[in-house]
Amino acid sequence: MTMTATTDRTLPDPADRRAAAHAFIAGQARWRWPEAVFWLVAAASLVIFPHSLVLAAQVLIAGLFALSLDLILGLGGIVSLGHAAFFGLGAYTAGLLAAHGWNEPLTGLVAAGLVAGLVGFATSFIVVRLKGIALLMVTMGVALLLHEVAQKAHAITGGDDGLQGISMAPILGLFSFDLYGRTAFIYTLAVVFACFLVARRLYNSPFGLALKGMRENGRRVPAIGGSIRRHSALIYTIAAVMAGIAGGLLAQTTEFVSVEVLGFQRSAEVLIMLVLGGAGLLYGGFVGAAVFLVARQILSGIDQTYWFFWLGLMLVLVVLFARNGLLGGAKALLARWRRA
Amino acid sequence: MLLSLANILFNGVAYGMLLFLIAVGLSVTMGLMGFANLAHGAFAMLGGYVTATLMAKAGWPFFATLPAAFVLVALASLVLERALYRRLYRAGELDQVLLTIGVVFMAVAGATFVWGPSQAPIRVPAYLTGTVAIGPFDWGVYRLFLIAMGALVTLALIVGLERTRFGAMIRAAVDNPRMATGLGINVDRVFSITFMLGSGLAGLGGALGVNLIGLDPSFPIKYLVYFLIVVAVGGLGSIKGSLIAAIVLGVCDVAGKYYLPDTGAFIIYVIMVSLLLWRPLGLFGRR
Repeated sequence: MTMTATTDRTLPDPADRRAAAHAFIAGQARWRWPEAVFWLVAAASLVIFPHSLVLAAQVLIAGLFALSLDLILGLGGIVSLGHAAFFGLGAYTAGLLAAHGWNEPLTGLVAAGLVAGLVGFATSFIVVRLKGIALLMVTMGVALLLHEVAQKAHAITGGDDGLQGISMAPILGLFSFDLYGRTAFIYTLAVVFACFLVARRLYNSPFGLALKGMRENGRRVPAIGGSIRRHSALIYTIAAVMAGIAGGLLAQTTEFVSVEVLGFQRSAEVLIMLVLGGAGLLYGGFVGAAVFLVARQILSGIDQTYWFFWLGLMLVLVVLFARNGLLGGAKALLARWRRA
Repeated sequence: MLLSLANILFNGVAYGMLLFLIAVGLSVTMGLMGFANLAHGAFAMLGGYVTATLMAKAGWPFFATLPAAFVLVALASLVLERALYRRLYRAGELDQVLLTIGVVFMAVAGATFVWGPSQAPIRVPAYLTGTVAIGPFDWGVYRLFLIAMGALVTLALIVGLERTRFGAMIRAAVDNPRMATGLGINVDRVFSITFMLGSGLAGLGGALGVNLIGLDPSFPIKYLVYFLIVVAVGGLGSIKGSLIAAIVLGVCDVAGKYYLPDTGAFIIYVIMVSLLLWRPLGLFGRR
């Protein structure tokens, strides 16, 4: 009898526990004011930087791409050196569709996400079985493979010269793309925000919690009944879809695609952006993309080779002194300031 | 047909030997310290520039520059190891990858700043150029020289690791660092020296490679994939594995360019990915 009494006290009944879990997750998922500020500032770019809307759209697209990497790296703990594979697939899907007459933007984006997602799904079974150097090599290998195919299929992709003849129809048949990038920016912002909502929902879902558990302790999750490989494969596929959408956005808003979208440099850059901003924090990719692209705009204006030097230095410093990136560092500072 | 086949094999083996020379150091250090060093190609590049500069500016003979390339690169790598790498031995591979990509970018920018963006010129001695006729075939002298160097280094490495006291210490430190420390081996120092040796070999390989594959500041990025393939496919820390992987890679690359110029490096990547799926630790990987 005493046994049951103690168990009753330490473990409340299942309904209560479920309610407590829901309350915890709901608490995690609550919107906080800095988030609102972030998106308001992003939207206000329209008024604040009317002459840099092209750059602003690039930041959002790169941020979305970095966010998709954050899903697998920050949440799933999978290190990929070939995430550009999915970005490039999306870009080529959207670009090729538009170049061959299917120039309705929204369906083009859906197709971009689908194609990238299919390839992501197919490769996810490989990826979840590997770790360490082999994982790095295989993710990189898949991207290099696609890069090589795109390069050789010059007749279809245009290779290094790029895919010519993309022109987009007005969005929803109403808003046509203009010279100053206003429509492109608003379109990008809307799509990126929608994808962000999905990512945020995932991040704060029981599924996201399971992934975090997997990242923190890969042995304990199977012990409580989670399947690591299934979770990893699912998040990898979702991230691939999102990267594909980001690539599609780039192709549609710039009306240009070249093999560079699949290159190693792009895979490395998105990793850099994410880590610079802070992995596993949802907003890290956007912060990193903004700092990275603005810095590049300024520094490569001075000299292209110096930009490479500063980029390298930035990476070394982040790894040595700010492992959680700019956002993580800011959070730590804020916490210390509050305690003092 | 037979002629071209022999030619491809010969060129492929020579190219593979060069890849082996450069990558074997990476294999040993990555297997030893578990450090994902993507900047290994930067050491090879430095070795190439040491040789090219000493020959062009100081008038050194080609053979005198080779030890210089080895020693200078080994010293440079020691500085880098002490200053940066050492801090990340226990960190995850993501941090290591990022740090070393950072080093690669800085090396590329630095090389462009010092030596300019174009190909570094080099003129090897006349007796290393041209071909000699042995039997029915003509053999490129420089490629013969490369194969001989590769064989020499392989022999030295195997004897050094299997037969010397320091080799035994390295093997002990790899197999069980804690036990090795308990036996009074200074594992830290063993790692440092091994790292220097590996980088020095890369420097030597880079110096030897200028004449065959050229040298410009993008070298560390252009050939990174090849070095990593050698290491990953051969198996970390395995000299035999690296040698076999490098030669297979060299022959496949040359043969692919000759017979199927349209597919390019495609075949190599397919082989790499499928090999790693079959054996994630590489052909001769142990851990």
